[in-house]
Amino acid sequence: MNYARMWYKYKAVVLGGFMFLTIVLVALFAPQIATHDPARISMRQALQPPSAAHFCGTDEFGRDVFSRIVYGARISLSISISVLLLIGAAGTVLGLLAGYYDIADTIIMRIMDGLMAFPTVILALVILTVLGSGIPNIVLALSIAQIPRVVRTVRTTVLSVKQYEHVEAARAMGASNTRILFKYILPLCISPLIVRLTLTMALTVLNEASLTFLGVGLSPGTPSWGTILSEARQHVSSSPYLILLPGAAIVWSVMALNILGDGLRDVLDPRLN
Amino acid sequence: MKNTETVLDVRNLSVAFSSFGESVGIIDEISFDIKKGETVGIVGESGCGKSMTALAIMRLIQSPPGVVKGVIGLNGRNLLELSEADMRSVRGNEISMIFQEPMTSLNPVLTIGAQLTEVLRFHRGMGRAEARRKAVEMLRMVNIALPEQRIGEYPHQFSGGMRQRVMIAMALSCTPKLLIADEPTTALDVTIQAQILELMQQLGRELGTSIMLITHDLGVVGEICSRAIILYCGRIVEEIRSEDLFDRPSHPYTQGLLDSLPHAGRGGKLYVIPGAVPSPNDFPEGCVFHPRCKSAMERCAHEPPGFTELSPGHRVRCWLYGENAAAVSAARRKEGATA
Amino acid sequence: MISYTIRRLIAAIPTLLVVAVLIFVLIRMVPGNPALVMLGDDATATEIEAMEKRLGIDQPVPVQFFRWAGNILKGDLGTSIYYRMPVAQVIFSHLEPTLLLVLYAAAIFLLVGVPLGITAAVNRNGLLDRACMTLSMVGISMPGFWLGLTLVILFSVKLRIFPSVGYVMIHEGGLLESLKYLTLPALAMGLQRSASIARITRSSMLEVLGNEYIRTARAKGMLERRVIGLHALKNAANQILTQAGISIAHIMGGSVVIENVFNIPGIGKLAFDSIARRDYPAIQGHILFVAAVYVFVNLAVDLLYKFFDPRVEYN
Repeated sequence: MNYARMWYKYKAVVLGGFMFLTIVLVALFAPQIATHDPARISMRQALQPPSAAHFCGTDEFGRDVFSRIVYGARISLSISISVLLLIGAAGTVLGLLAGYYDIADTIIMRIMDGLMAFPTVILALVILTVLGSGIPNIVLALSIAQIPRVVRTVRTTVLSVKQYEHVEAARAMGASNTRILFKYILPLCISPLIVRLTLTMALTVLNEASLTFLGVGLSPGTPSWGTILSEARQHVSSSPYLILLPGAAIVWSVMALNILGDGLRDVLDPRLN
Repeated sequence: MKNTETVLDVRNLSVAFSSFGESVGIIDEISFDIKKGETVGIVGESGCGKSMTALAIMRLIQSPPGVVKGVIGLNGRNLLELSEADMRSVRGNEISMIFQEPMTSLNPVLTIGAQLTEVLRFHRGMGRAEARRKAVEMLRMVNIALPEQRIGEYPHQFSGGMRQRVMIAMALSCTPKLLIADEPTTALDVTIQAQILELMQQLGRELGTSIMLITHDLGVVGEICSRAIILYCGRIVEEIRSEDLFDRPSHPYTQGLLDSLPHAGRGGKLYVIPGAVPSPNDFPEGCVFHPRCKSAMERCAHEPPGFTELSPGHRVRCWLYGENAAAVSAARRKEGATA
Repeated sequence: MISYTIRRLIAAIPTLLVVAVLIFVLIRMVPGNPALVMLGDDATATEIEAMEKRLGIDQPVPVQFFRWAGNILKGDLGTSIYYRMPVAQVIFSHLEPTLLLVLYAAAIFLLVGVPLGITAAVNRNGLLDRACMTLSMVGISMPGFWLGLTLVILFSVKLRIFPSVGYVMIHEGGLLESLKYLTLPALAMGLQRSASIARITRSSMLEVLGNEYIRTARAKGMLERRVIGLHALKNAANQILTQAGISIAHIMGGSVVIENVFNIPGIGKLAFDSIARRDYPAIQGHILFVAAVYVFVNLAVDLLYKFFDPRVEYN
């Protein structure tokens, strides 16, 4: 039992997992962790520098920035988890179909290629313009923009797996296509899918921050980290410190997911690299 | 070490690797020499340390995790004491090495010409045109047709045998004192093998280059080597002249290797030395070969034997020979076994 | 090579077609009537009808699409509702800052990322490797615009070296002046993107360094910097090139946000403003243009492969 070797193998998963867990905990226990009501306005306290009372100072409306960031975790997390579930489910189905049936492959992959040719932010912007703002709409917009990668990952796995012997054997024994897909092929897709979804979730947090930074997709008061950053931007000269923590929160979350994704990839299948 | 006839003088060379805190010995204090103009075979099965010996001599073993000790004498200098810069001017210049897989030993994205001329330009300070001319000459020397044209081509445009010729040309272009060839023909077709070996022997003679030929194939040793050094688990078990190799192999391991060669006209099952080569983590105590040796005695399991010189140029490391040899043979004759 | 290029261009057409259909459909789904937006709230019904006819939006949607697609093949991307100029011209007039920004950022990410990756690979598992890779991990996790804001604070507000907003066209102030305005945004995008370049350089170099021909090069006594810089790097180049192409595409996409932050009148800002202004032709034209640029960048990358690896076949 060489502990050194074991640690070396799992350290990324442990580190990334731990970092991500902190965000989850912050989101869950936001009311306990936040020092003030994030929506409470107090013009007299506007643009105060960091102090014992306000760890990160106050914004132009006198709201406590620290508390806003804490509640912002809820928004980022709920959006990215929703996107994860949506593209996980839809992407897997589309990927299975595309990998298994040729006709589906042509149609689905053409559309996916077309989607991938759009810059993510612009595509999401246009979709949000169509749908209007609100969290469900951001989730839908980001899901549509990011689904192609997931479909591609699943499809690639299906393509290589469907020629495996046990799959051929099952087919020879008369198993229906649906059964083959779900009982034999799907389980083999789980590992690459988990890695891809983790890394995509990292991108989702970044993309969501970009969108809300541009002021699109959420109502103005909502304390998404991107929104907080765009508010802070107005006061870059007078209160430069305002951009630090929201950015750090984004970096921490995305880094957690990237480290976790890399670690999972190394553990589940180093060949995927 | 000051013998002008000796080109390479290896004394007590040891190589070990450490990983995650544990140290594993690969080669244990081997000593041998190679004289000018000689072709010496280093023989053994896979995993016996023959390639490691070559890499140690070239100092191509990465220093952590590898640990190399001993003396490697090249014309009076200890290579292990040289600075890296000095060692670089030895490699490719005084000692060259060619490897087993010609398909992967050449850089696929550089032309043959570039790979040939860089040695000449670096070690001999030649200009571009001069180096190119010499490179063409080297290609001609290794019997590659149309060298002027082929010098601008890439490795993937050459066959395996031709790539090995290019490797030989590269290795010999600075007229090294020693050429180390690590299984140069193993990956080639049988028909090409003989050609390559002959080429190496001929060029060695012409240029006065000694050759250290690493191989597992005793047939190859018989073809072009004057002497063979048999390695097992990183230790020399026998050193024997080629003419004696097939007549008087002394160490049980050497005998086993010879017995497992297919003989034309001798039917029946092919002999295989029982057991398998142990991994460096599990080298046996005493004589390393004793678990697989049909002549093993009680002593072999506890004490590693020293060298016994059977005749000039023939030494063996086995308890069957040496100071107890007479008593042992007597005991065995009594038991009805042959010594 | 020419025939390969032509075949690739033809193969790209279906993708562009899908993009065209997708964007056309999406735009049509946007609520609001552009005729109304242009004329204002107190326009009469007749005026609106006339404007709709002028804009061509009174026709059924498929007809609109075919008319638009047909025009594109003639080189006519439509007329911008806001600028009242051909879209092609509008895009062209906004192209310079973005083009310069992309090239500037690309130079930065190559000059920073590749050496970083090589250092990490050569010092595998050592302190430098871990440092470079940690830095890269932070880099790929960072929003480019946040790095931009941080740089603004550092260089514009505190040190007053670079301007924080705006842009000057080359023909007005000269190339150097233009580059001054683009330095902070290019640094933001370039440094951020250099992280992924560093990672791919490292993994590609590690893979290459494990090959036999590297051992041969060392056995020939070649200087280590030649072994790494020529023998190894040239083999690793194509993977780095692929990532460079992807990064350029990302920079073009990310220009929407960065140009917004630094108030640069490039096509990214044009896209954002056009969406806000419901300027359909401009949005359509922009997206189609960017998609076409992606096709060209991919093609250029593919053609360059052979330059680094002579074994590459065009098929």
